[in-house]
Amino acid sequence: MNIYLPIAEMSVDVFLILGLGGAVGFLSGLFGVGGGFLMTPLLIFIGIPPAVSVATEANQIVAASVSGALAHMRRRNVDFKMGLVLTAGGFVGSGVGVLIFTLLRQVGQVDLLIAASYVVMLAAIGSLMLFESSRTILRRQAGTATRGKLHQHMWLHGLPFKMRFRRSRLYISAILPLGIGFIVGILAAIMGVGGGFIMVPAMIYLLGMPTAIVVGTSLFQIIFVTSSVTFLQATTNQTVDIVLALLLLTGAVIGAQFGTKVGTRLRGEQLRGLLAILVLVVCGKIAYDLVSTPIDLFSISEITGFTR
Amino acid sequence: MNKFCSSLVILVVALCLVKEQANSEEIKNKNKLIYSALVADLSEDLIAITTRFTGTEVLLFGATNGIGDIIVVVRAPNSEVTVRQKGRVGGVWINKEGIIFNNVPGFYHLASSRPIDELLPQAVLKKEQIGAENLSVVPVTAAHGIDISSYKKALIRNKKRSGLYNTQPGKITFLSNRLFKTSVDFPSSVPIGKYSAVVYLVDNGTIIDRTKTPLQVQKTGFEAKVFEFANNQPSYYGIVAVVIALFAGWLASVMFRNV
Repeated sequence: MNIYLPIAEMSVDVFLILGLGGAVGFLSGLFGVGGGFLMTPLLIFIGIPPAVSVATEANQIVAASVSGALAHMRRRNVDFKMGLVLTAGGFVGSGVGVLIFTLLRQVGQVDLLIAASYVVMLAAIGSLMLFESSRTILRRQAGTATRGKLHQHMWLHGLPFKMRFRRSRLYISAILPLGIGFIVGILAAIMGVGGGFIMVPAMIYLLGMPTAIVVGTSLFQIIFVTSSVTFLQATTNQTVDIVLALLLLTGAVIGAQFGTKVGTRLRGEQLRGLLAILVLVVCGKIAYDLVSTPIDLFSISEITGFTR
Repeated sequence: MNKFCSSLVILVVALCLVKEQANSEEIKNKNKLIYSALVADLSEDLIAITTRFTGTEVLLFGATNGIGDIIVVVRAPNSEVTVRQKGRVGGVWINKEGIIFNNVPGFYHLASSRPIDELLPQAVLKKEQIGAENLSVVPVTAAHGIDISSYKKALIRNKKRSGLYNTQPGKITFLSNRLFKTSVDFPSSVPIGKYSAVVYLVDNGTIIDRTKTPLQVQKTGFEAKVFEFANNQPSYYGIVAVVIALFAGWLASVMFRNV
């Protein structure tokens, strides 16, 4: 059954989109990630214009992060103060990101920007995760599990504008979470992701937040940042396809429920290892498309964006 | 069967039209009478893009008085298109020089009863823009030392790949020596706007007669509403998109709370 997407201006198979949403939702439930970094490339692979893919996926992540954040709020796993500081940085970052996106779209380099951002981010995160999880698995086998400090105090934490974050048991400079929020906001706008896969490690390793509240707080701020991205993309580029977003999130919501169930039966480091491999596969595919000779060396694009 | 019946009806109507037009032409110009008996029409004058739209086929039919060949050109409104060439920089393919072309139809379809270069001299084909390679697309930006023709060829090639241009002329079938018909395929990505279908009656290397039929391609219903909303009130659209997503997320969390 086909449906015509009003903004992407093309006809797609409803079940293909629902299936994609379901599959990525399953993986996001399984691994506890947003799934934007998988969904956006998949949408581009099936022929949705990259600009529409990025903006629409941001819209879908709003929904995904709301249901995730609500679940964490019920378990009191959200540091609201930290979340709001991250969001403040994220708002500015998403504005800058959409600006960069719009400028590069005008000069015809936005596809390259998206692809290059994906390759760099996925390669870095994927290899870090693979390294970390295999080390944990090896250690477990060797039976020498060590326990580190709660968190280390770095010079970064000593910057001015210190703030107390009770829930995180931290007294650190506000510049740090603002800066992290800013950078993740830019990436969210450019890549069509929530940025959880960067935010979570940054919160653990840079801010030194307790692991238990990291995911909830990350999801909490992702709601605001992706809402901001959706709004800005809709206003400046008219690339948010509500119909596509609704189809995706319907599939994703259902898939995530199954994913979460399966996820509870697997070990953390094994999950992270699997996720790392998945991330690297996606990264490899995008990198391959960048370097392999295209079918046609020429490409065309309408000036007006959308013909009337 | 149904389709066959409707084509039959259409052809009968066409025949009547031929007679009628022939009569009126007779009064106007007796000399022209022997030639100008060309009528044509489309099976639809509106292509509505709805939720279930997957592309469509429109039948063009008509009649002549038995002399000459037929050429059909269906084209969408013109727009500006940027053509970019990719180049390898450090192993990565990136977009390089871009040339903006003006007067590029968003859709172009050609059909003819014989190969067009057998029917009309090159000068006429160019002037009338018959055949995708004869389109008078002009570069807007000044291009220094760049081979324009390769860009123009690439433009047509890309349009052809997305099913918006045909470079191999479509078939025109004659049902008798007077009645003809041809079908025009529109892909789901067809641009919206006011189209025109021009039918040429050609004989002895000259255009004897032509008729122009309008065709409207537009989004209707839900599709049109969403598209217009997104383009006319982008800020409100953005807010609505966010609110819908917030609500959907909340709904999902309530629905699956106890699962």
